[in-house]
Amino acid sequence: MKYLNRKSGTLAIAILSASLLSACGGSSSSNNDGNETDTETMSYDITVTNLTNNQPLSPLAAQLHSSEYSAWKVGTAASENLEILAEEGDNSALLNAQSPYVYSAVSGVGAIGPGVGGMLSIKADINSEMSSDIKLTLISMLVNTNDAFIGKTGVDLSNLAVGETVKYTLPTYDSGTEANSELAGTIPGPADGGEGFNMARDDVDYVARHPGVVGVDRGYSESVLNSTHGFDSPTAVLTITRTE
Amino acid sequence: MKTKFLLSILPLSLASAMAFSQSIDVQVTNLTHGMHFTPVLVSAHDSNTHLFSSGQAATAALQTMAEGGNTAPLIAASAATVVNTDNIAAGLLAPSASSPVTAIETGVNTHLSIVAMMLPTNDGFIGLDGWKIPTEAGTYTVLLNSYDAGTEVNDEIIDTVNGGAEDGIPLAPGMDAGTGASGVTDMETNQTVHIHRGNTGDTSLTAGISDVDSRIHRWLNPVAKVVVTVK
Repeated sequence: MKYLNRKSGTLAIAILSASLLSACGGSSSSNNDGNETDTETMSYDITVTNLTNNQPLSPLAAQLHSSEYSAWKVGTAASENLEILAEEGDNSALLNAQSPYVYSAVSGVGAIGPGVGGMLSIKADINSEMSSDIKLTLISMLVNTNDAFIGKTGVDLSNLAVGETVKYTLPTYDSGTEANSELAGTIPGPADGGEGFNMARDDVDYVARHPGVVGVDRGYSESVLNSTHGFDSPTAVLTITRTE
Repeated sequence: MKTKFLLSILPLSLASAMAFSQSIDVQVTNLTHGMHFTPVLVSAHDSNTHLFSSGQAATAALQTMAEGGNTAPLIAASAATVVNTDNIAAGLLAPSASSPVTAIETGVNTHLSIVAMMLPTNDGFIGLDGWKIPTEAGTYTVLLNSYDAGTEVNDEIIDTVNGGAEDGIPLAPGMDAGTGASGVTDMETNQTVHIHRGNTGDTSLTAGISDVDSRIHRWLNPVAKVVVTVK
């Protein structure tokens, strides 16, 4: 029995290398017919479903870009544009920032409430000769927090065919730019109506996964949050469908 | 006829087993906002080996690691063929930090396990249990959850007696925890290895039920990212 297994393993490897060879042949031939002025429009429908109990999402920010760009990195200080989004929910600075690696940037319309009503579609068109390196960044703030955001950066869409759909669950990050004090006046969402962006950095100053909120019901008497604002991971579902 | 067939395959299969050692790179990232990891142990072993098993009582060696961060008993308990790469971050792995990319020759081993204690907790640890190392070259990402060894009451009292290895939390490396706590609980209901329920914490640095800070020493799973590159 052992020997039979080994033998079938060898067979599988032989088949795999054959298919790799044929894949290489396919892609090199298709690279030959284009010229410099050829462009291609790649369009995607993006849907984000808010899975939290009481954390509205700020308007979505989506960017199509190459692998040279990333909107954040765990262990690295947040950019000021990310800080503004994570502390206030305002994505305009992030989306308006010029970068040679960002092909297009689109904002969603309005906040996305928790639950079944929390869906929104946005669409981004790009013209690019770099279709082998198309990445997506999707980001939004959990507005009843000090500086939590959800999202994914560098989602590879290069191999997504028209009509195909991919789905990801989204984690929650902490921008590390504002302490998770949960105090009155520090949280912009409806739980508080407090301050959004403040350029002072009084937290760890690196991006990491968010630890979650405490709230008054867990014994933090000064917190303006309560048990309804709690969340676990994941906090949202991201669905991407290529339409063109 | 049949015998001849088997004999001809046998040398081939031996050759493939001997050539099975793989070169892999392993990097561990602490994804948390405020928890440190003690020295990270990466162990390559066979499919039957487990450093820990969910739903089963921890071994004494795992308990020592989970309560005090000491990986020596786990290494001492390993079979001779196991390839242990200890302390890949050269000390504590701070929140959001990544270990160096660490090259490992797997030898005859096919599976990978990773453990490290989480500080400040009583007996919380990050765990990867017997992940099958892919044979196809490529880069693989695995996200790790936090486990509770089930061996120590989660009283959340920092107690440096015996380095904290016997009772209490050894320390909070960020030096951001309190003292004087009365203790969150005196019961460990599930005494098998299980998913950690998280710290309770409080916001008092001098009293309250817990020495850990509920705003800082919290986490949601996953707590670590492992990137394995099979070469």
